Amino acid sequence: MSYSNGKTKSRGSFLVLIFLAVIWLIPTLGLFITSLRAKGEAQTSGWWDVLLNPFSQDWDLSSYTTVLTENKLATSFISSLAVTIPATILPLLFAAYAAFGFTFLTFRGREFFFSVIIGLLVVPLQGALVPVLKMFISFTDKTGIEISGQYAAAWFVHSAFAMPLAIYILRNYMMTIPNTLIEAARMDGASNFTIFWRLVLPISVPALASFAIFQFLWVWNDYLIAFVFVGNERPVLTYTLLAMLGQYGEGWQAVAAGSFISLSVPLLVFFTLQRYFIRGLTAGAVK
Amino acid sequence: MKDLFTALQAVVGGIAITALIYWLLNLLVTRFPERIKKKIEPYVFIGPVLLLIGIFIVIPTIQSIRLSFMEEEIDGSTTWVGLQNFKDLIAEEYFPNMVVNNLLWIAVVPFLTVAIGLAIAQFANNVGSRAEKIFKSIFFMPMTISFVSAAVIWRYIYAYAPEGQDQVGLLNNIWMKFGGSPQAWFQIEAFRLNNLLLMVILIWLSAGYSMVLLSAAIKSVPEDTLEAGRVDGANTGQIFFKIVLPQIWPTVVAVFITVLIGAMKVFDIVLAMTGGNYNTTVLAQTFYLEYFIYGNTGKAMAAVVILIFAIIPVMFYQVRHYRKFEAAR
Repeated sequence: MSYSNGKTKSRGSFLVLIFLAVIWLIPTLGLFITSLRAKGEAQTSGWWDVLLNPFSQDWDLSSYTTVLTENKLATSFISSLAVTIPATILPLLFAAYAAFGFTFLTFRGREFFFSVIIGLLVVPLQGALVPVLKMFISFTDKTGIEISGQYAAAWFVHSAFAMPLAIYILRNYMMTIPNTLIEAARMDGASNFTIFWRLVLPISVPALASFAIFQFLWVWNDYLIAFVFVGNERPVLTYTLLAMLGQYGEGWQAVAAGSFISLSVPLLVFFTLQRYFIRGLTAGAVK
Repeated sequence: MKDLFTALQAVVGGIAITALIYWLLNLLVTRFPERIKKKIEPYVFIGPVLLLIGIFIVIPTIQSIRLSFMEEEIDGSTTWVGLQNFKDLIAEEYFPNMVVNNLLWIAVVPFLTVAIGLAIAQFANNVGSRAEKIFKSIFFMPMTISFVSAAVIWRYIYAYAPEGQDQVGLLNNIWMKFGGSPQAWFQIEAFRLNNLLLMVILIWLSAGYSMVLLSAAIKSVPEDTLEAGRVDGANTGQIFFKIVLPQIWPTVVAVFITVLIGAMKVFDIVLAMTGGNYNTTVLAQTFYLEYFIYGNTGKAMAAVVILIFAIIPVMFYQVRHYRKFEAAR
């Protein structure tokens, strides 16, 4: 048996893993099968019946078409994208700039500010929610510009709350860039501005990608910020799903279809970009 | 579709504006003599972020703490009421239960998540690299699922219908196979079983995270330390507990802390599954309920402040830990 190379195979380990894997897969599998069943059947028998006799079932895609049109899940899908894409991309440049400052520049208060950022990694966002909401409202009162209830509110809040983790991941990555490289550029008379844009930013693309995936999933899956700042005028998927859960008579298969639509995007991201995702995680994800 | 277009505009516009801000700041800095420039330039790099964090995290959090000592009138004016909000919260019937539930979440979830993650990582290390990859994907997959979707998923496991009706819940079907009668699982408060059933969901979601980090740690254990153990006649169990575990302990602690923080802040799962009924409420959910549903700003803020102060020790631990880590490299 070996720990470090993983070459030796053990049948016992394999069987235990198969057992655990089945347990881990069952919930999601159940959801998927339920979403494909006809309304009457989903209400009267367990989804595993389908596995026992697959041909006696009415397979039915109508749950998907129903939730997409009647429950406005298609609109929510767009809303989720409209919240998530900017909230993923906008923090990147800010975080990269700050990470560069914390990694390659020396200044007063560097240790202090960085400690604050590490500390903020764990601060509960509920703590800031109400005052930020009040701030948006009073801003609207004074200027007449609506923020709360718009996507922009969620972009701001998500961007700010992404900063600690983004800076942390990016700084850990930038610290692996050889200092001699930076010094050489300085010798050639490059300014920090140039070094950042021409040298460090291009090298940091893998770390930026890791963070972006992480942030994308986080924002896509978020309920609280979307509920508080975007609300019911532009309901995102998590919002609509939770509302559907609260209503009776929707039928099991409808909620299942909705849920599967919602998690199809993260699953797609996960399976296509798994490597970057796991790299980002091991680089210090502590959210 | 129009919304999507707006979002894309925001992305392009936002990036352009951000780049422009930094470019202008840089332009400004270069006007200064070299000596002063060196001093202020770093703040050009970190300044905008500090501003963002200050406005959206630090100041609001401090305001929340202030608000927890205030009573808010309908017109938005506030008066100082001292500890009254906390007293009101503590006097609530659900308070003792909530505290016990929160403690249970942070006692059970991190422990089991680490234990399961460790077991999977360990077993997956022995099945060959192709099988290992597939297994890891399976255990990791729930990490990408939202709490709300997870709640939907697990409703199909815990679903209940009165006796005599069709049961579509997996747990009840298994239970009935063993001769039990259908149970409304969420209403079983004995031994806080309903709370434990909610915890299962968070464990299911986060075991993959724990597995990935612990697996990386296990793989970095030097082969010769294991070889030495084998030469001395240690069995598999001894090698794991006496040689591997001590070497990966820092990672075990780090994962434990991360999951612990998640368990402290748990909210969406409870909201979506029971809404805090049947004595399943927790701090973060109480905040949500008191503020957004009942409109009790005072009590909501008191709940949030308790949450903040509960997390502060963990925060100090994180900072200290990072300092040590930093000093080591």
